[in-house]
Amino acid sequence: MSTKVLHVLYNDDDVLMEAVHATRSAHHHIEEVYTPFPVHGLDKALGLAPTRLAICAFIYGVIGLSFATFMMNFIMIEDWPQDIGGKPSFSYIQNMPAFVPIMFELTVFFAAHLMVFTFFMRSRLWPFKQAENPDVRTTDDHFLMEVALHGNEEELVNFFKNTGAVEVKVIDKH
Amino acid sequence: MYTFSNKLKTFAFILMALGFIGIAIGFVKAPKTTEEVEAILAAEHHGGHEVVAHDVKVASHEQIAQEVAVDSTVVSDTTKVVAPVVKHESHDDHDAHAEHTEHVKHVLHSLQNKPWAALYVACIFVMLISAGVLAFYAIQQAAQAGWSPVLFRVMEGITAYLLPGSIIFFIILVLSGMHFNHLFVWMTEGILDPTSPTYDPVVAGKSAYLNVPFWLIRAFIMLAGWNAYRHFSRKNSLAQDEASDNVIYKKNFKLAAVFLVFFIVTESISSWDWIMSFDPHWYSTLYGWYVLASFLVSGVSVIAIITIYLRANGFLPEVSTSHLHDLAKFMFGFSIFWTYLWFSQFMLMWYSNIPEEVVYFITRIENYNLPFFGMLILNFALPLLILINTDFKRLTWLIVMVGIIILCGHYLDFFNMIMPATVGDQWFIGVSEISSLLFFIGLFIYVVFTALTKAPLLAKRNPFIEESKHFHY
Repeated sequence: MSTKVLHVLYNDDDVLMEAVHATRSAHHHIEEVYTPFPVHGLDKALGLAPTRLAICAFIYGVIGLSFATFMMNFIMIEDWPQDIGGKPSFSYIQNMPAFVPIMFELTVFFAAHLMVFTFFMRSRLWPFKQAENPDVRTTDDHFLMEVALHGNEEELVNFFKNTGAVEVKVIDKH
Repeated sequence: MYTFSNKLKTFAFILMALGFIGIAIGFVKAPKTTEEVEAILAAEHHGGHEVVAHDVKVASHEQIAQEVAVDSTVVSDTTKVVAPVVKHESHDDHDAHAEHTEHVKHVLHSLQNKPWAALYVACIFVMLISAGVLAFYAIQQAAQAGWSPVLFRVMEGITAYLLPGSIIFFIILVLSGMHFNHLFVWMTEGILDPTSPTYDPVVAGKSAYLNVPFWLIRAFIMLAGWNAYRHFSRKNSLAQDEASDNVIYKKNFKLAAVFLVFFIVTESISSWDWIMSFDPHWYSTLYGWYVLASFLVSGVSVIAIITIYLRANGFLPEVSTSHLHDLAKFMFGFSIFWTYLWFSQFMLMWYSNIPEEVVYFITRIENYNLPFFGMLILNFALPLLILINTDFKRLTWLIVMVGIIILCGHYLDFFNMIMPATVGDQWFIGVSEISSLLFFIGLFIYVVFTALTKAPLLAKRNPFIEESKHFHY
């Protein structure tokens, strides 16, 4: 089954933003927007759900903190207790200030790296992946809005021409 | 234009009156003679406190001589550092009775210092909050920040307190310099004289810098400089409202840049002079930053609280939750920054364990355990856990709540910096402390909100005002 979509191209992000508002208030379904750079406020204009990456980051941070605590406890207290500067060497809590930099760094390390990997997975990005953008110009200076085509084709094309589009194409999508 | 509501004005006056009465009570109730101290100690002892026992332990003849001579309350500094050098033979002939008398004298000095120290902490804390807001304001000007111009008049209102605040503070400094109180150990008579029993070689070595006239001159120059910037930037900001071009704005930009250079140097010096010199043997190289972080986060919290108050009363229609969100991010960030500096200072001294350094933390952990660790919860744990959530940074009631937590925590921080060296283990957050705080808060509210009525709450001709109005996160 083939579905038809419209590829509407703009050459300015402000025009794009207004077009997104107009399209959504006219109840056309925007499938995706391709932009050469992140457009501020576009996610809100598109009505996308807020990201949950921050929650992941917090969880990863807690994992990193726990891992550092476990690791330093094992290395410095259990496995091979060392007397450094006369500090008590058999108690984690009494030595804790010395381990804070490590606990901090591993919290940041885990949060940062795991968050990047999560972001890649969630965005379906991996090495050697083929680019998905339908038009190479979206990597340069054009903004492309992909809209599902329902109803009168000509009417819809005219609607988008009026939103300031520089080009409107009807595409057969498989 | 904002009008100072009668309710708030009455509230400010009540705070000032209550505070004034409380401060007076604190001074009147401070013990005058050793007999009164005996009574207090007896009462405390029966009450189950072990202050007496604790203190008596550390005495030896030399130490007593030092203590009395220094005429101060500082057990920590002078005695503990000198302790390793003290010859131990003197222990043999010491007399329990003399020891007790000296201890009572020592407590007397602590208790006599207490109302002064309470006044000092509250005065410097509230004054530095307005200095912190002034620095924050200058940063916004120098960075040509686009988000904040709608808040400029609020910041200018808060910095109006700098002038009365620094005048009162300077008077307290002059009174200290004239020996009306004994807050600063290094001012003790005879401390520079090698033949005197109170001679302190460490303080004597620093006397080229640490002497009363130079100390007062420095304080005067620094306070005058800050107030001058506040005066001219405010004048320019008001003139810009009526201007037709950006000449005055550019002048203000240059002024802010120059001020920031002046401020970062003088802020460091002022924190050594006004706070670190309470412990004249001890030093920390990041102290200036540490104090800066403390009053900067308090200042930003005050901006947020006053902005939310004005907004709730229908003023500042241009301020959106996005502006509050940015302020909350600064509260969060500066709280972490403060913790970073606190920990950097603590860990190095804890780890190296050099007596002359670590004594600072030992006195605090032993005698100030609750405020010392309590402030870490207030200043670090709670702001971190509450403000880490994006949505929470946009809830006005939560910002106010965290702002109050931060202000309480940083008052405690100043308390912990100043009290151990002035009242020793005789600290208590009682009438003197709370009244001093109430008095300065009342004065702060009165001055700040009076200043807010003097000019429109929107800096309408600021070149970035449009961007600021439309700022959204």
